[in-house]
Amino acid sequence: MTLEFWISQTFNGLSYGALLFLLASGLSLIFGVMRIVNLAHGSYFLLGGYVGLSVVWRTGSFALALVAGALAIALVGVGMERLFLRKLAGQTLGQVLMTIGFALIFQDLALLIWGGDPYSLPVPTALQGVLTVGGLRFPRYRLFIMVLAAAIGALLWLALDRTRIGAMIRAAVDDAEMAQGVGIRVPTVSMGVFALGAFLAALGGVIGGGFLGVYPGLDFEILPYAFVVVIVGGLGSLPGAMVGSLLVGLLDNFGKALFPELAYFTLFAPMALILALRPTGLFGRT
Amino acid sequence: MKTHRGILAGGAAVAVAAAIAPALSAYPLTLLTQAAIVAVLAMSLDVLLGYTGLPSLGHAAYFGVAAYAVGILATDYQRGFVTCLVAGLLLATLTAAVFGLLAIRASGTYFLMITLALGMVVWGLAFRWVSMTKGDNGIAGVPRPEVGLPWSLGAPLPFFYFALAATLLAWALLGLLVRSPFGMSLMGIRESESRMRALGYNVWLHKYVAFVISGAFAGFSGVFWAYYNGFVSPVDVQLVTSVETLLMVALGGPGTLAGPALGAAAIVFLKNFVSVYTKRWLLILGAVYIGVILFAPRGVLGAFRRDPR
Repeated sequence: MTLEFWISQTFNGLSYGALLFLLASGLSLIFGVMRIVNLAHGSYFLLGGYVGLSVVWRTGSFALALVAGALAIALVGVGMERLFLRKLAGQTLGQVLMTIGFALIFQDLALLIWGGDPYSLPVPTALQGVLTVGGLRFPRYRLFIMVLAAAIGALLWLALDRTRIGAMIRAAVDDAEMAQGVGIRVPTVSMGVFALGAFLAALGGVIGGGFLGVYPGLDFEILPYAFVVVIVGGLGSLPGAMVGSLLVGLLDNFGKALFPELAYFTLFAPMALILALRPTGLFGRT
Repeated sequence: MKTHRGILAGGAAVAVAAAIAPALSAYPLTLLTQAAIVAVLAMSLDVLLGYTGLPSLGHAAYFGVAAYAVGILATDYQRGFVTCLVAGLLLATLTAAVFGLLAIRASGTYFLMITLALGMVVWGLAFRWVSMTKGDNGIAGVPRPEVGLPWSLGAPLPFFYFALAATLLAWALLGLLVRSPFGMSLMGIRESESRMRALGYNVWLHKYVAFVISGAFAGFSGVFWAYYNGFVSPVDVQLVTSVETLLMVALGGPGTLAGPALGAAAIVFLKNFVSVYTKRWLLILGAVYIGVILFAPRGVLGAFRRDPR
């Protein structure tokens, strides 16, 4: 184990964590505001990747793929929330079963539309190649992911912490009933948060398409990671999602590198430990 | 009233299945066997979901570890039925005992997520621990058990009766459990945890014991599943299997035992029939999930109208 190994694995872990942040921050907010365990969240990631892929094929523009993929899936999310999930407010189990129903439908639709072959999303030449610093090689694309996730994280934090809408969301996370009582339109907030969550997950899917690829089964493969992030970080907490994503990214990378056969175990065992010590997650409130 | 209806409906279904089985060809008989085995899994989850009010999203874990125990012991070590059964039950119980320690601390939605994540631990091991589980390829060639009966369980009909007997045994035991004072206290906890605590019940311990028992019965189902299928793979422990079990319970009516068992049979038949006619069965299954929740009568999900706090 050279120093180089540790540095490059740390880098890989952090960049994977950055991608997970995009996926999990939305899940955490949705969960915080609506108490919905959205099992279709991984599907947003996958569908975002596929839509992005189609856009790149047609137009060749990566930026357009990011925007189009994220917006299209945000609309899907809004539709799901308004037309279906809203009818089941407060029914935890019903909502879970419904989101898994959607996840199965999305999975099959994706297979129908894009087929079963794995694809890699072509990234712009400016983001290809590696950056060499002091003999260490860092893939540019992964750097891009980290910068983008950091920027989005900062924007989200500013929006949540400093704006009126952010205050409304935080109020809805803390106590939806009271928030409603003081005149906040919680249903509208819920819809907005759901759209935002789907938007971020799909954005993650397009970006992830550049290094994870886009393939059938990715939805259910990535979903547990998002859940572990939320569980570790605490539900409805943005700082929790940030710390959780980086932690999970690092654990996953070192786990896979050091103990390939037990990779998932090295990811989930620390989660279990955190749960045993702090049942509401690192940043969750009791 | 309700429980008697459940026993009548379940008993009638078992009697009809047992009576018509000799006249059936191999394929429907296979489905019936499958339904009988999966019914045990659904009933085991019902103890948690319907009677205790704990929606577990990782129930395939206990089912799966037992199936893997049988798969590994019966092929690599060529152990007999009793060894495999005991090992499967022990491993499932042990897994539930460990997971329960972590999961029972939480409630409501958080419980859902923790059991989901714990279920994924088992899936991850099944998928990645290739030297033990053969990974994605799965363990093939699990032989049908030799139990010293005059009929070979390799044939579909005797195996069906064997599985049906196991299902009846599990049904009877679980029925005794939920009607016992312990089962009554579980229902009390489902209705109002704080009230039960105020009455001096050890709520945590009740939930924990229910969790472990439920895991043990899921393992019981897993043992028979491995023998039935002859093949154990990560599919048996994946999230979709756990969710499917939830659907069976929700469809049949939580808190009735016989309901989830019939729900299990309905889903098994639906899945198999639909996949005969179309490749798009996932699409249809997804629509069934949504349809059941949107249009099912209040009774089906009635027990879970309230958000468990």
